[in-house]
Amino acid sequence: MKTLDKKYRLPLYFLILLLSAAWIWVSAAPEGSTSAGEIPAPQEGFLAPDFTLETLEGELMTLSELRGSPVLINLWASWCGPCRAEMPAMQRIHEKYGDEFIILAVNATHQDSPNAAAAFVSELGLTFPILLDHDGSVSTQYQLRSLPTSFFVNRDGIIEEVVIGGPMSEALLQTRIESLLEEAP
Amino acid sequence: MLPILQIGPFAMQTPGLALLLGIWLGLTLAERLAPRFEANANEIYNLTFTALIAGIIGARLSYVLQYPDAFINSPLSLISLNPALLDPIGGAVIGAFAALIYGNRKKLPLWPTLDALTPLLAVAAIAVGISHIASGDAFGMQTDLPWGIELWGLKRHPSQIYEVILASFILGAILPKKEGRALGKRGSMVGGRSFWLFLSLSAGARLFLEGFRGDSLTLANGMRIAQVIAWVVLTVSLWMLHKRQNVEDRTS
Repeated sequence: MKTLDKKYRLPLYFLILLLSAAWIWVSAAPEGSTSAGEIPAPQEGFLAPDFTLETLEGELMTLSELRGSPVLINLWASWCGPCRAEMPAMQRIHEKYGDEFIILAVNATHQDSPNAAAAFVSELGLTFPILLDHDGSVSTQYQLRSLPTSFFVNRDGIIEEVVIGGPMSEALLQTRIESLLEEAP
Repeated sequence: MLPILQIGPFAMQTPGLALLLGIWLGLTLAERLAPRFEANANEIYNLTFTALIAGIIGARLSYVLQYPDAFINSPLSLISLNPALLDPIGGAVIGAFAALIYGNRKKLPLWPTLDALTPLLAVAAIAVGISHIASGDAFGMQTDLPWGIELWGLKRHPSQIYEVILASFILGAILPKKEGRALGKRGSMVGGRSFWLFLSLSAGARLFLEGFRGDSLTLANGMRIAQVIAWVVLTVSLWMLHKRQNVEDRTS
């Protein structure tokens, strides 16, 4: 490795630091340029894409109407092993936090069936809202690549974390919920 | 962007896979090049392995200490394979501490050991960039440039690709070219140049690339926090590089 002549070394380093400081100044982020929160995208730091879906009971639920409460959007299917494995923990969390923390279990119905979903919900005694994504539009919006996939959404509708795959442990759910609930309304 | 690689019934998380591959390749390279830095290849392997194991256990313990109630309610989660239940900062501190203890016990020379670790760090930095390409994290700001990529609703700087390109250049810059050239004519206690050069280049790269990022945390005046931290690291690294080069000048 060649070394720089000693007399040029310090002036060069000083110049590098000066130019770096200038770059920090020049590349300072213009207001709003790093704020992803206004753009809907299924990624941490972005607005959770809005949707309206029918529940198993036939009611309509819209994500944006839940602003003010933290939400877990869990995409699942009844044939998916890890989805089945994490549902009991989600049920316990739902019983513990109630309406303080909303769980939306979006069934990928285009890859499943409403009857299979209903049988699964009844078998496990799930009481949180089960939404049916009949045409796969929500799966597409959320760029679903693997089941289950979960999105932790804060009170402002911003995705704080994406968990691809599962099963999520109860400890993971609880720590994320506590952190979301700690954020001021 | 390819966060999941589906092979039959198995869904593998590509960002994690890229990091694992990066550590493996980096460690292999570091072992192979260790003699050129006057370091023992076996000791480099053992040191890295100790740090990794301690780091993973430490990351979990640190996480548990932050949320004890969650683990009291669900004790099996202690051994969960989920990386989301790890505290990276706690893990890094404990891993570094374990490496320090190991190095001290084995009386490993500080500078040659740090120099010998730079190929591992440089390959790991490339792997981090590839993991960002796979996950879509560390995304760029909006741009109209022709090489901009559509990501997260906008045409953006391909900041992850910039990251991989610069990390590859850094790897090329720190690799010793010939047997025995890494240390020049100095004695075994003189060294550290590769390490501080790597740190300087990495801090410089981060400082430069952060200017294109769309996910920067900023101060009130729009200055990006990561750039300010990188500038401080760059200053310290250049100063240390200067000092090590002075020692080398005196001994050669």
